[in-house]
Amino acid sequence: MATTSLKQLSDMPELLSGGHAACPGCAGPIVIRQILLAAQQDDVYVVSSIATGCMEVSTTVYPNSAWRVPLVHNAFENSAATISGAEAAYRSLKRQGKIDKKVAFFAWGGDGGTYDIGLQSLSGALERGHNFTYVCYDNEAYMNTGIQRSGATPKGAFTTTAPAGKVSPGKGQTKKDLTAIVAAHGIPYVAQASPHRPRDLMKKVQKAVATEGPAFLNVLSPCPRGWRHPPEQTIEIAKLACETCVWQLFEIEDGKTTVNYKPKERKPVRDWLESQGRFRHLFAPRNEHLIEEIQADVDRKWERLLALEAMDKAQAD
Amino acid sequence: MAERMALTGNDSVAYALKQINPDVVAAYPITPQTEMMHKFAAYVADGEVVTEFVPVESEHSAMSAVVGASLAGARACTATSSQGLALMWEILYITASYRCPVVMPVVNRALSGPINIHCDHSDTMGARDAGWIHLYSENCQEAYDNTIQAVRIAEHPDVRLPVMVCLDGFILSHTLEALETNDDEAVRNFIGEYEVADSLLNVEQARTFGAFSLQNYYFEFKKQQADAMERAPVVVEQIGREYGELSGRHYGLLDAYRCEDAELVLVGLGSTMGTVKQAADDLREAEGIKCGVLKVRCFRPLPGEQIRQAVKGAAIVGVMDRAVSFGLGGPLFHEVRSACYGETVGMLNFIYGLGGRDLSLTDAKDTFRALLQAADSGEPEPTVRYIGLRE
Amino acid sequence: MAELLKKDQMKPGAIVEGGTMAKLNTGVWRTYVPMTDLEKCTNCLMCWIFCPDSAIKVSGGERHETDLQYCKGCGICAAECPVDAIEMKLESDVPPDDKKG
Repeated sequence: MATTSLKQLSDMPELLSGGHAACPGCAGPIVIRQILLAAQQDDVYVVSSIATGCMEVSTTVYPNSAWRVPLVHNAFENSAATISGAEAAYRSLKRQGKIDKKVAFFAWGGDGGTYDIGLQSLSGALERGHNFTYVCYDNEAYMNTGIQRSGATPKGAFTTTAPAGKVSPGKGQTKKDLTAIVAAHGIPYVAQASPHRPRDLMKKVQKAVATEGPAFLNVLSPCPRGWRHPPEQTIEIAKLACETCVWQLFEIEDGKTTVNYKPKERKPVRDWLESQGRFRHLFAPRNEHLIEEIQADVDRKWERLLALEAMDKAQAD
Repeated sequence: MAERMALTGNDSVAYALKQINPDVVAAYPITPQTEMMHKFAAYVADGEVVTEFVPVESEHSAMSAVVGASLAGARACTATSSQGLALMWEILYITASYRCPVVMPVVNRALSGPINIHCDHSDTMGARDAGWIHLYSENCQEAYDNTIQAVRIAEHPDVRLPVMVCLDGFILSHTLEALETNDDEAVRNFIGEYEVADSLLNVEQARTFGAFSLQNYYFEFKKQQADAMERAPVVVEQIGREYGELSGRHYGLLDAYRCEDAELVLVGLGSTMGTVKQAADDLREAEGIKCGVLKVRCFRPLPGEQIRQAVKGAAIVGVMDRAVSFGLGGPLFHEVRSACYGETVGMLNFIYGLGGRDLSLTDAKDTFRALLQAADSGEPEPTVRYIGLRE
Repeated sequence: MAELLKKDQMKPGAIVEGGTMAKLNTGVWRTYVPMTDLEKCTNCLMCWIFCPDSAIKVSGGERHETDLQYCKGCGICAAECPVDAIEMKLESDVPPDDKKG
């Protein structure tokens, strides 16, 4: 049986080696480590593709790689299409009796490679029903190329292509709701997770692996460099995202939504914004109205999520 | 048993793919490639192949999936045309550099814009530096034969490069031709089992495929590709001979037709070469003009030395391009001319047939006559000429 | 600096063996070094599961020393330790022999 017990996991092999070149305090490798630990258990082996991005360039520098599971990097926008080919190969070779191992296919991509340039490839692979798990490590901008805005960048954040200036308060648009877009494909398993709750994340990974067909995990990945917070605060920041409901932990199993974490008392979004340099300009008097606006966006989205959960529950009862 | 069948170009290639029986085929529909995949999907639906067919949402994903499949140890194919090839562009280079022996029939069609669905070679010509081997087919028989040989060429240990098999859109893809097919077992034995040293699915030996290669390594990888390309001509010829033993139809890098004593030689690619051969026969018979035709079957790698040997005795050579490199002229012309550097033979470029404009037998004869006139007058200007173009 | 591979030692397709970054030393990036009091440690293993650099050695449910070959000194372990068993100290303030992670 797959386990999420840290005690038991401590005897399992480390599947992402040290020595990689991710920035200090980067959430990306934390997310990858937790997921690989949870996924490659019992007789299941992980085979992965990864999109161009921070994690790709920092963990695979020729002639070395940090990955102790098979990995392919093809290009930026085709992580899902690439794994769909590998998974098709597996099905064909298995049918021909040429392979007998149990393989869990994973495709990895950052938010740029998933929300934006890789969306079509992801959508196609989901619709075709390949048996794989897509993991988006969402650090809310193109960090690898120098902190440019993406569809995942939240409203008001400073990025190098939507900087805060004399007339502009950073990104003017709201963050794309990729998880909802993915869920709209009607795939069997969709979840949002965060590395600050490893057992929740790892349970979701194990559900994804056990799912027959496509599964999707959207994992918040704080980026000290781009979000402008000290590296030691990475886990704290991820936690704060959930306490303020800026990031919500939930899963959608066969279309039914369950919210996995409901803060007893929601912290104000202001706390979240204050924790990171990328929002600093919002506290200038001329921009402060945006804080109310962002709070209202978060409230609306959170209430809608709770309503969805209640509705699905009522339907089930 | 070898069998004579009436097949269109698309169907003949689909039939070859059925006999190849790839582990994975990923494809996206585009005119005029569509019927090839209809036919192949029907083979899948009837269980006549073991293939996992991946009906992707774009050509970009088709090529991406084929790379994933190939690295996972599968014999993998796709097929496309025109815009589809253009959309694959980025991944064409990756397929070649990852040394995935993918076979891809390309049904040649003009690139937009304006949009057009008919034949020219602007699609595959644009991809000539992507690191693929390019085989051009004159007729449906060759399209069928090339597809089967392409598997062996691509997978040959000295090569390990992807191969595109080019056939002219509509002119071949939609034209019924009586052709000879091999029997299934002969094809199976000819191509053999696909073997890979490193596979993504080798879970006990975790490897990373396509690691980030910087200034200290990228250059060596490119030289490895260049070396493999350099080793390819011998392999293409050897497999062409072996295929000849199997089928009675022998293939080389070039097809020199009546070139030995020819004073005028037209060089070109694809189906037009059939028309040009007829024109050469007619002119030799009716007017005693010594015409020859040099069909380039293998365009990448370009058999430069063989081209030079084939044309050096001629008084003048015309290179026919069904594509234009704007600001330069025809791409094949420039390559042939540079292959013949140092020879005194005169050389003209004829650009024809863009967007499916027909090249008639009369046009082909006129092209030989234009060559003759240029040779006689000693003034081969202008160098780049257009055939069949309205004023 | 390791010697570069020769062209014919390079597998075509930029294929590399997995896990070979383990031989690299990213400890040199460090400004602060985590000093762990294993007496205080309750083996909750949170530092391990939160470490981006696979730098905390564990087995049998127990936390061992930090692998300073990998540790970049981000300080997540110290920030997340529920019993404050880890202290980040300026690398230059710690004598080499005391660096036990």
